Amino acid sequence: MAEVLVLVDAADGTVKKPTLELLTAARSLGEPAAVVIGAPGAAAATKGALAEFGAAKIYVVEDEDASGYSVAPKAEALAAVAAQASPAAVLIPSSNENKEVAARLALELGAGLITDAVDLGADLAATQSIFGGSITVQAKVTRGVPVITFRPNSFTPEPAPAAGEEVPVAVAFSDGAKRARIVDRVTEAKGSRPQLTDASVVVSGGRGIGKAENFDIIEKLADSLGAAVGASRAVVDAGWVGHQMQVGQTGVTVSPQLYIAVGISGAIQHRAGMQTSKTIVAINKDAEAPIFELADFGVVGDLFQVAPQLTEEIARRRG
Amino acid sequence: MNVVVLVKQVPDTEGNRKLDPGDHTVDRAAVDPVINYIDEFAIEEGLRLKEAHGGEVTILTVGPERATESIRKALSMGADKAVHVLDDALHGSDALQTAHVLAKALGTLEWDVAVAGSEATDSRMAVVPALLAGLLDVAQLTQARKVTVDGSSVTVERVTEGGYEVVEGSTPAVLSVVEKINDPRYPSFKGIMAAKSKPVTVLGLSDLGLDQSDVGLANAASEVVSFENAPPRQAGQIVKDDGSGAVQIADFLAAKKLI
Ligand SMILES: Cc1cc2nc3c(=O)[nH]c(=O)nc-3n(C[C@H](O)[C@H](O)[C@H](O)COP(=O)(O)OP(=O)(O)OC[C@H]3O[C@@H](n4cnc5c(N)ncnc54)[C@H](O)[C@@H]3O)c2cc1C
Ligand SMILES: Nc1ncnc2c1ncn2[C@@H]1O[C@H](COP(=O)(O)O)[C@@H](O)[C@H]1O
Repeated sequence: MAEVLVLVDAADGTVKKPTLELLTAARSLGEPAAVVIGAPGAAAATKGALAEFGAAKIYVVEDEDASGYSVAPKAEALAAVAAQASPAAVLIPSSNENKEVAARLALELGAGLITDAVDLGADLAATQSIFGGSITVQAKVTRGVPVITFRPNSFTPEPAPAAGEEVPVAVAFSDGAKRARIVDRVTEAKGSRPQLTDASVVVSGGRGIGKAENFDIIEKLADSLGAAVGASRAVVDAGWVGHQMQVGQTGVTVSPQLYIAVGISGAIQHRAGMQTSKTIVAINKDAEAPIFELADFGVVGDLFQVAPQLTEEIARRRG
Repeated sequence: MNVVVLVKQVPDTEGNRKLDPGDHTVDRAAVDPVINYIDEFAIEEGLRLKEAHGGEVTILTVGPERATESIRKALSMGADKAVHVLDDALHGSDALQTAHVLAKALGTLEWDVAVAGSEATDSRMAVVPALLAGLLDVAQLTQARKVTVDGSSVTVERVTEGGYEVVEGSTPAVLSVVEKINDPRYPSFKGIMAAKSKPVTVLGLSDLGLDQSDVGLANAASEVVSFENAPPRQAGQIVKDDGSGAVQIADFLAAKKLI
């Protein structure tokens, strides 16, 4: 059975959920093999989770260059692993950085590239949702080893313990891989909330919150659900929250199990970033707001009443 | 410092965008085209680099005849000249092929940095700048929210999921910029008039040493097998808040096992 490579995304030693999703999906295509690329010591903490979720092998490229330079070394490392493993496909969790890695990998492999898939068939046909969710596409790579990136929450991770045999791979990085040096890494996101891009629940606030100080209404509701916090562009443009939180065409695309839009009108550009959410709930005082066209459940009402009550109600039910 | 700005023309996202049922490519006639939104930030950044360091700003577009409109707009913002790669054989090219063509076109120009937008609204792939850097074997300084140039050294603040990275490289380099890096200027009346006489060089595949077999739908490394309009979302339940709205949401979430 051919191997199916999955690029591992981990933060602070924890394997991120989208990686576990792809290990799960890889099982139906062949033998899942995880690829960990990072600074020396990066792989150790990830091995348990990777084996638990089905990685028969764990390829490990640990090298200062892999973490010291932007994007290109990851693509070269993946290409080196692919040369060794002759995989049926390379599956990569979509993120801005990983899509660039996937692109350069496709170049290295002379292969076709599909980005932001949301499902995959046994024949390697990838499903994509384009134009703000209005069209569903089936796409296939026609040359080389398919390189496919997937949006978070495309699959449900299921454990299936496997050997998790560690295979160290040494890569001699080219000069070309070392042209963009990372001189500093700065973390701005504060707190312990889940990351917006791959959260399974997202609560977003819009201009309806009125002013920056009211944004804690959104944050409290999010915290009651263990959710990530998002915002519409109006809120970002007003400077109430940072740009990283913008959901939509020019912000982050999310596809969570549950999206709660509070005081958001639902402009087409906002919808482009959240339309594929599995369940959508909206709170808006305007019954005509376009967000209600998408909502599975909507409350026409004053967010200053409904949102805090909801926070309390959820806290009560969760005990 | 000579700057090339990569500008893509895309269907306006306000319109009802479609795929062509015949060959499954983006239907560029269905909706009026505009400059890819983020590319306006790339143009602005290019103009600012010129203002600070001298040199010329050249617009580079691979696209159909009508892309001329977007090129003129970019010139009216203040760019000096443009190169338009126009060839019917390009129809249906994928991102890899487009990057090949852009790389060849850059080969005809003198440049220090090529500035792209971070993502096109039609493809939403956000890969062309990375592909281009890889093909040209130059520094990839992408997803920038800030660009600083000092001689041949270029430093960017690259947006990451939880913050940013400071990434440094040397010219020549391929940059991409995110929205919010600057405020794109509006074309002035004078700019619009001046744009009419600025040079636009039109190049075909043969001018770039490329062949039909290098590009186009038939030679792409991926294909759209089929597509369908997504079924409209099932109409949801909308209630007017009478004081019980929050409890009703909680009931709904509980029924869906979301809490
Ligand atoms: C090129 C381009 C790109 C864009 N990209 C994005 C993007 O990525 N993301 C994005 O979000 N937008 C984007 N936009 C902007 C988009 O068009 C909208 O302007 C924006 O989404 C509106 O944000 P909003 O819904 O918060 O504000 P508004 O449209 O002002 O809506 C506020 C809503 O709050 C409701 N409200 C007010 N008070 C209350 C209350 N007390 N209780 C309950 N409800 C209340 C109102 O009824 C209204 O529906 C883009 C626009 C352009 C042109
Ligand atoms: N056909 C094209 N002509 C010129 N620039 C392009 C073209 N396609 C993509 N680009 C550039 O690459 C960026 C990212 O595009 P994409 O990878 O398609 O999301 C765009 O914002 C443009 O700056």
